[in-house]
Amino acid sequence: MDIDYFRLIDRIVDLNLDEKRITVEAQVPTVHTIFEGHFPGFPIMPGVLLTEAMAQSSGWLILGVLKFERMPFLAIVKEAKMRGFVSPGSLLTIEAKLEHEGSGFAVTKVKGRVGKELKCSAELTFGLAPFPDPALRVHMDAMANKIGFPLQAITHD
Amino acid sequence: MSSTFDQIANIIAETCDIPRDTIKPESHAIDDLGIDSLDFLDIAFAIDKAFGIKMPLEKWTQEVNDGKATTEQYFVLQNLADRIDELVAAKNAAPGA
Repeated sequence: MDIDYFRLIDRIVDLNLDEKRITVEAQVPTVHTIFEGHFPGFPIMPGVLLTEAMAQSSGWLILGVLKFERMPFLAIVKEAKMRGFVSPGSLLTIEAKLEHEGSGFAVTKVKGRVGKELKCSAELTFGLAPFPDPALRVHMDAMANKIGFPLQAITHD
Repeated sequence: MSSTFDQIANIIAETCDIPRDTIKPESHAIDDLGIDSLDFLDIAFAIDKAFGIKMPLEKWTQEVNDGKATTEQYFVLQNLADRIDELVAAKNAAPGA
């Protein structure tokens, strides 16, 4: 997890396009300035970052379903629940499922766990748009490679 | 069984917190009810789920932008209900439906 660059997902553990489901891992750093303020003596991951991690997990799933033809942008956060504290050094496992693919939008349901303990969940809606800049597409390809996105999964139907 | 319009009106009332009795068949979703594109995503999701369809919002938007259709054809609620009825009929007529 690279909080400074808002790259919160470390690796894709599983991507099942038939079931439209993804599992990813995100290693929360043990030390970061965020934890100095949030909170002194009781460092925990901010809920907004957990929500963003759930959004990025969903984003990779949607990119896979759409074969990288369009970019998902977070539009609506519903039912976001922070169910337990996430401490520095935790390994977050996030599972996202595509709930609905509409015309120009997609909806996911996401859950984040540390071990077996459910820590956060949400229903997220994304607007789907053509990549607004070629540099973004190049970046997403590089990130996909870095986090182990199974590109073979989208090259075979 | 409630009409398609009633189902849409109930969805809009619940999704956008608009009093149900102000939503009429002749209401324009954008001009009269003030629904913006983000709220309409929520409405589209609820309608897609309720009717088991995929409203072709992008196609409709493109038609409006190209001057091939008016917003009234898709966003006056009785017209929207008619479009939804057509989509449901097409789905039911499809092979394997």
